[in-house]
Amino acid sequence: MKVKKQKRYIQLYLLMAIPFVFVVIFNYVPMFGITLAFKDYSIRKGIIASPWAGFKYFRQLFTIPIFPTILKNTIVLSLAGLIIGFPFPILLALCFNEVKRARVKKFLQTLTFAPYFISTVVVVSILFQMFSYRYGVVNSVIKFFGGSAVNFWGEGGFFRPVYILSGIWQTAGYSSILYIAALSSVDTSLYEAAAIDGATRFQKVLHVDIPCILPTIVISLVLSAGNILSIGFEKVYLMQNPANYTTSEIIATYVYKTGIEQAQFSFSTAVGLFNSVVNCIVLLIVNKVADKISGTSLF
Amino acid sequence: MGLAARRGMKISGRDKIFLGIVYLFLGIFVISILYPLIYVVSCSFSSPEALMQGRVVLLPVNPGLQGYKTVFQNAKIWLGYKNTIIYTAVGTLIGTMLTITAAYVLSRREFPARNFVTLIFTITMFFGGGTIPTYLWIKNLHMLNTIWAIVLPGAVSAWLVFVGKTFIRSSIPEELFEATCLDGGSYIQFFTKVILPLAKPILAVVALNYAIGLWNSYYSALIYMSDAGKYPLQIILRDILIQNQVDLTKAATLDINSQQHKQYLSELLKYSLIIVSSAPMLAVYPFIQKYFIKGVMIGAVKG
Repeated sequence: MKVKKQKRYIQLYLLMAIPFVFVVIFNYVPMFGITLAFKDYSIRKGIIASPWAGFKYFRQLFTIPIFPTILKNTIVLSLAGLIIGFPFPILLALCFNEVKRARVKKFLQTLTFAPYFISTVVVVSILFQMFSYRYGVVNSVIKFFGGSAVNFWGEGGFFRPVYILSGIWQTAGYSSILYIAALSSVDTSLYEAAAIDGATRFQKVLHVDIPCILPTIVISLVLSAGNILSIGFEKVYLMQNPANYTTSEIIATYVYKTGIEQAQFSFSTAVGLFNSVVNCIVLLIVNKVADKISGTSLF
Repeated sequence: MGLAARRGMKISGRDKIFLGIVYLFLGIFVISILYPLIYVVSCSFSSPEALMQGRVVLLPVNPGLQGYKTVFQNAKIWLGYKNTIIYTAVGTLIGTMLTITAAYVLSRREFPARNFVTLIFTITMFFGGGTIPTYLWIKNLHMLNTIWAIVLPGAVSAWLVFVGKTFIRSSIPEELFEATCLDGGSYIQFFTKVILPLAKPILAVVALNYAIGLWNSYYSALIYMSDAGKYPLQIILRDILIQNQVDLTKAATLDINSQQHKQYLSELLKYSLIIVSSAPMLAVYPFIQKYFIKGVMIGAVKG
């Protein structure tokens, strides 16, 4: 029996082999390419034969004039996005939870879900059109109320608000699912006990709903905070133009430009690595803090 | 909330105010979700002149189909559509097969390398090689400008593997495995004869997650594709919508004689293009959204 079972495990190993090899080839081999950051890469010699450069490219990164700007832009954009955007899905879920008619709830939820299925390219394009200087509807409304047209794309000041608010538009519905699921599993006896104590609906939200979903909130907060420096490249890159570089140039777009466009492979890898390392450190710190404060953590 | 508790509850004055605020918030939120979509639809059906004068606010002005005619005459868009359908179909098929296989093996508690494989997969969720090392590796594999650069690197998503594993563990009774064993069945037979037929809901979750990712992404094509004939729809959309590269010289609408009208039409075309490219997804998602919700919920159980 034992021997037969051991033999059977071979089938499990065989089944796992292909997905495992995929992960190794496409996720782990590139990780070894990170050594590029410490080498003077030349295409002819390849990664292994290229000479070591030590921390040359990191020193270069820390001394280029644009470094403080891209670091600040990255942090401000994601921190502001987190602070402003994080509460929305929670608020939305708490409100949905108050809608007792299942059909109405389902219908409204479906509507808020729609933007999740629209591609980033299309979302940015809609932003361009709506906020267009010449004929965008936002400027039409401003002019209607007697104001003068605002050139939203002509300077850096509007990049962050437009980016963050449209981000809420894109994902609040989808992100609220997590909290709606957590709310649906709240023990009903808690509500009954609250009703006996004469609690109002608002008090139930405050003293039953929120404490019950707090662990879920903390975990998503830790995860989002851990991604503080890894804002999606796609949307920022699409929204970028020379007029808003002062606020829109972030680490990810800089990596793309120096790496793919200018082929400074070693330097660009160093920038990307710096980004990942900071991310990991922030994730570990936030996880530790969350563990200390609320007893909830990722690992 | 218990039905009895709900029936017995009277809505007090305070609760009325509270509910009023809740519905007000929901109303404002839903309207702000819908308005941009309605606006784009209305613009796409308006006349180019009305659009450029900023006269469209809610409903179409001087309705017409000029924008759509221009879109349907643009061969590039249809080529992009075709490429995207191919990339999405192939990528979804490969990704789903690999993911469900890995999920099944990890769901077997007796699999000796379970912890090791889980660790290897988990690390990929937090750390990667980064843009340049990955690019050079794909180049090294001679995958640049091929469909493989788009469909293979993301084919095993650790998150979806774990979602699949949790589903199999929680919804397929262990007795079925024991029964298969008694009949002399092997792990592979259990997988193909029992798991796959019973795991259809999770197959849908996994497949749809891959499909939407592939359909909407432009990043890998931006980096790995330089041959314009192989561009997926999203790259074509970017060229036209964001970078204003639109070629109307071939548009058969012969009345384009003034430069201004041409420019107007190229703006109108954008709205129609947004609709033509997003309508399939928006038409289908209400019917498939439950699978995305399910994915998030199973993923949350795992924490």
